[in-house]
Amino acid sequence: MNQPIKQHLIDPEICIRCYTCEMTCPIEAITHDDNNVVVDPDKCDYCMACIPVCPTGSIDEWRVVKEPYSLDEQFSWEELPEQEEIEAAGAGTEGGIEALDDAMAALLAEAHKGAGGKSKAPASAAKPTVNLYNLANPVEAVVQGNYGLTHDESDSDVRHIILNFEGKPFPVLEGQSIGIIAPGEDENGKPHLPRLYSVSSPRDGERPNYNNVSLTVKREEHGVCSNYVCDLKKGDKVKVTGPFGATFLMPDDPEARLLLVCTGTGSAPMRAFTMRRQRAVGEKSGGMTMFFGARTPESLPYFGPLRKVPDTLLQKHLVFSRLPDKPREYVQDRMAVEEEVVADLLQDPKTHIYICGLRGMEEGVEHAFANIAESIGQPWHDLRDTMRDEGRYHVETY
Amino acid sequence: MLDLINVSYDTQIPNNVNLSSDKRVLKALEKWHPGYINWWNDLIPDNFQQSLVYLRTAVSVDPKGWAKFDYVKMPEYRWGVLLAPQVEDRKIPCGEHVGEPAWQEVPGEYRNMMKRLIVIQGDTEPASVEQQRFLALTAPSLYDMRNLFQVNVEEGRHLWAMVYLLHKYFGADGREEADDLLRRSSGSEEAPRMLGAFNEETPDWLSFFMFTYFTDRDGKMQLESLAQSGFDPLSRTCRFMLTEEAHHMFVGETGVGRTIERTCQVMKENGIDDPYDTDKIRALGVIDLPTVQKKLNLHYTLSLDLFGQEVSTNAANAFNAGVKGRYHEHRIEDDHKLEGDTYTVWDFEDGKAVQKQVPALTAINMRLRDDYTRDASGGIGRWNKIIEKAGVDFKLKLPHESFNRQIGVFAGHKFNPEGEIVSEAEYEKGMADWLPTKADGDFIQSLMEQVTEPGKFAGWIAPPKVGIDNKPGDFEYVKLHMA
Repeated sequence: MNQPIKQHLIDPEICIRCYTCEMTCPIEAITHDDNNVVVDPDKCDYCMACIPVCPTGSIDEWRVVKEPYSLDEQFSWEELPEQEEIEAAGAGTEGGIEALDDAMAALLAEAHKGAGGKSKAPASAAKPTVNLYNLANPVEAVVQGNYGLTHDESDSDVRHIILNFEGKPFPVLEGQSIGIIAPGEDENGKPHLPRLYSVSSPRDGERPNYNNVSLTVKREEHGVCSNYVCDLKKGDKVKVTGPFGATFLMPDDPEARLLLVCTGTGSAPMRAFTMRRQRAVGEKSGGMTMFFGARTPESLPYFGPLRKVPDTLLQKHLVFSRLPDKPREYVQDRMAVEEEVVADLLQDPKTHIYICGLRGMEEGVEHAFANIAESIGQPWHDLRDTMRDEGRYHVETY
Repeated sequence: MLDLINVSYDTQIPNNVNLSSDKRVLKALEKWHPGYINWWNDLIPDNFQQSLVYLRTAVSVDPKGWAKFDYVKMPEYRWGVLLAPQVEDRKIPCGEHVGEPAWQEVPGEYRNMMKRLIVIQGDTEPASVEQQRFLALTAPSLYDMRNLFQVNVEEGRHLWAMVYLLHKYFGADGREEADDLLRRSSGSEEAPRMLGAFNEETPDWLSFFMFTYFTDRDGKMQLESLAQSGFDPLSRTCRFMLTEEAHHMFVGETGVGRTIERTCQVMKENGIDDPYDTDKIRALGVIDLPTVQKKLNLHYTLSLDLFGQEVSTNAANAFNAGVKGRYHEHRIEDDHKLEGDTYTVWDFEDGKAVQKQVPALTAINMRLRDDYTRDASGGIGRWNKIIEKAGVDFKLKLPHESFNRQIGVFAGHKFNPEGEIVSEAEYEKGMADWLPTKADGDFIQSLMEQVTEPGKFAGWIAPPKVGIDNKPGDFEYVKLHMA
């Protein structure tokens, strides 16, 4: 069966026929007749040069199709066709198609299942790009840096990796993941499948406008890809697929409040969210609260930089389970202590909740939410389902 | 915070013309800059200067760098000098020098002609900001206010672009002309702007939308023909300006479209089928379609006058010299010299308008005007689709090009919008139906009210279908400064 492809289209009801995109396209993939300006699916190579130059936003339209719409079809349109139901991909998400290849879609569906139903993107989230690159057509990134985030004495090795895409387009939003293909073959002699890592940098890059992304990766014993990534050196070349994910995204609405619950490398998307907010609205808005768990301060990724983020932007609750002379504390324990804060957030329709970390954290966190919700007279499952259907409850665990 | 007095030009003027190593031009621009900032500060009411506006800033000319969105205070907007990338081996595209290498310096024989064209183009840029200076006070939404300011700062950047050319290539004369661009002022008694249409105030938002649709489109056509210039720096400047000009076309087309959409919607909600039932429609706080047609008649015909005489030796000389080309010169397949070619133009003979063939070289203005009319008619079709979709029986159309003209062969004659000669009496009687009256203007003015709650719109205009930079409907495009 044909893999569906993502087709680039122009909304004829919004386009003003200024032909700026046509003049900008470096490979003449855009053309027009007396009626419409259209993109040739046989030529477009998704370089995205036309996207920022469009004054109307009509250029940023995408449909996942099994057979691309022809030029003649597009010329005849008075309005864009609806997205057709595509069964093969998407893993049943209404909020958008998370990935176009089945393997990646399945991985994300598995990661998001803790939300208890179909995930949806926040209403004001930016439109994600997915599957620009795949196994057959990966993009090559260059390693710009690889820094340890944890103390040598701590029992874990978490690393901050910066990848640069140089001239190649890689539009990625906070909360999305990218695939890394480890070199070599598996025990069956097949090339390794990409492993997914959530980006920890905001959409305009680890350094603004430098077209780079950062990842937060923990070395796993016997982990083929994690060891490969954690051992990367500056200047190494890496094969990357993606971006993937269309629901675990942050709202663009500056008024939205964010409740972030994470452990370990689950902090990657939270770091991206925080940096995005810091760059987009400065410290004026904020409205973010974080519960972040680790064994010790030494093993908590970004412990130093995180402490420098002002409380006006991000209210931080750093929770440790292996401090000497102290009882073990987990994120759910601190949530219970901060019951009033959490209750206030749960009652606000502007609140968006994000949970990210090891699968094991889900149960405890849900339990804490259930207790707090019930204390304010809200049955947790109803509240959670409502929030999820409104794109305000997101889980990504592994 | 940017220090406006000790601006570090090296870092504060984004440019791709290597300003830092061009000390002479750098010094000249440094001298000019404070006057520009004063001009800007005197112009825009202070509380808007202090407001944070979600603007698009060009920081480089490649697609990645020229649409960077962020909150900016307008006086801190980074007005840059940006030229489209140089095309290797570019040739002069038209006229007697066709096929010769494009000029990187101004040829002495065309110096005055070229300076004149740059000054006229440059003069319109600040003029429109002056004309629109009070509109923010009646902005129908923060979204529209942001679009107005975007247009304003980009017109300011276009002034910079022209001033750079004057300073770089025209020596002392150029500096003087650059200073005069700040000395003249729209509507001024002693030093008005050079072109008539740029001395009228833009009194209301429908006028603003019509202005950006029709008059800025004239600017677009002029830029298109200067982008074909054999003088390469001018060509490169104009090519980059065109990408910004597209935003102004967008503001105009969608602004008029949203006005129409709202009118049709309110008519339908109240069971009004007759678009000419204007009293009833106006009582509901929306602008009736016949009035929209009258505004269209006015702005279209005023803009046609900007193209000058149908038959013009100046235009012929500029084309022949290779200083100014035709619209999409590079796509036209002919000898690019127009030797022996003819073109159809209007003339006035024996009391009536007639079409006749003249040497194509002398009809450059007419040809550009025809291209303009074709370009402008596209949006009318899309506006009519909005009306049709709403189920209202009304069609907007462009008036005949002879109607209401002050310049060219039709000037001084009484034509109706169909292009028929009418008597003095018929003309006087018809005018109330053809062009906006004072009462029409007063009515439109009565609807103008500032709406500053994010996501809310004045009652006479529909919200846009898509936000700027993909923002949600209630995005706060302008964070107003509350003094």
